[in-house]
Amino acid sequence: MVEFALPQNSKLTPGKIWPIPMAKNLREFKIYRWNPDDGQNPHVDTYTLDMDTCGPMVLDALVKIKNEQDPTLTFRRSCREGICGSCAMNIDGTNTLACLKSCDDVKGAVKIYPLPHMAVVKDLVPDMTHFYAQHRSIEPWLKTTTPTPQAEWKQSESERALLDGLYECILCACCSTSCPSYWWNGDRYLGPAVLLQAYRWLIDSRDEATGDRLDNLEDPFRLYRCHTIMNCAKACPKGLSPAKAIAEIKKMMVERRV
Amino acid sequence: MSQNRISSRPLSPHLQVYHPMLSTAMSIFHRITGIALSAGMVLLVWWFSAASTSDDYFIFVNGLFAHWLGRLVLFGFTWALMHHLLGGLRHFIWDTGRGFDLNKVEWLVRANVIGSILLTVLIWIIGYGVRA
Repeated sequence: MVEFALPQNSKLTPGKIWPIPMAKNLREFKIYRWNPDDGQNPHVDTYTLDMDTCGPMVLDALVKIKNEQDPTLTFRRSCREGICGSCAMNIDGTNTLACLKSCDDVKGAVKIYPLPHMAVVKDLVPDMTHFYAQHRSIEPWLKTTTPTPQAEWKQSESERALLDGLYECILCACCSTSCPSYWWNGDRYLGPAVLLQAYRWLIDSRDEATGDRLDNLEDPFRLYRCHTIMNCAKACPKGLSPAKAIAEIKKMMVERRV
Repeated sequence: MSQNRISSRPLSPHLQVYHPMLSTAMSIFHRITGIALSAGMVLLVWWFSAASTSDDYFIFVNGLFAHWLGRLVLFGFTWALMHHLLGGLRHFIWDTGRGFDLNKVEWLVRANVIGSILLTVLIWIIGYGVRA
């Protein structure tokens, strides 16, 4: 359902301004905070960092704050090189991976929020349960009816090439949580990330469940809540286009009828 | 309400913090102009039905449209029509699976805005030219 304003318990309040270090090259970081244990509304804290002693990426800054100023700051991170998808968050108004976003690419204070329109577990950590359940619903694995071959399932080079631009998806959810349609109808609309994954299996030459997969998506909400708004393609930190993948699914829906 | 509102957990900010983009705005404008066109059709039907009612009534309704305020509404209607028409073509191109490179997306979106304004002005220039 379309609801522009935030619920009462989610409205932002002014936060704490943390001590400013004695240094020349300073940078402000305004970071969303919410603690499930203190009964307060979310607030935005301001931290100031000495950038001469900080790594270049936003993730470096978050780690520095956690190490040196505020150990309670909570966020997900793992690989620090854009392959695990853990540090997805809203930085400077756009969803991206903190480890791939350079602080120098942001003008003014670096504003950091959790992925948009998600339930917050703590600070920058959103609840991904529903997102993963939706991914599970498209059965993201090879489905076949013919007997398993003695060796591997064979695929030609050109068939394999169809998966380029799809297999790179790391399920960070930057795209899905950038999509207004997913904000308003995320309970039933699968969203860009999951639909890109669905397409990845639909065009896999080895997969034999294409019809069933399309049947599963033939639904006013699951697929067709995509209105080609394009936020997904603009947000993807891996440079993929979920919008195009969804358009291809819609084409397959038409093609199988004519 | 969305999936994530079961608990007492807050909802993270969305519209409040997301960077505004022309492509997003165009999606909303496509809907707004669609709604505006539906409303505008009522005016068109009114004009037609006035013509089939009586001379006096038609002169009255036609006079309302001829008033500068009426013309402003009609100018807006023309723009909504051109914007929605080009937007429809834009979505048609995307529906064929083309035009998804980000620079092409940006080009299509801008062409939609500029094209709709140019076409609207052109139609009105021709309209006034034909009358004169």
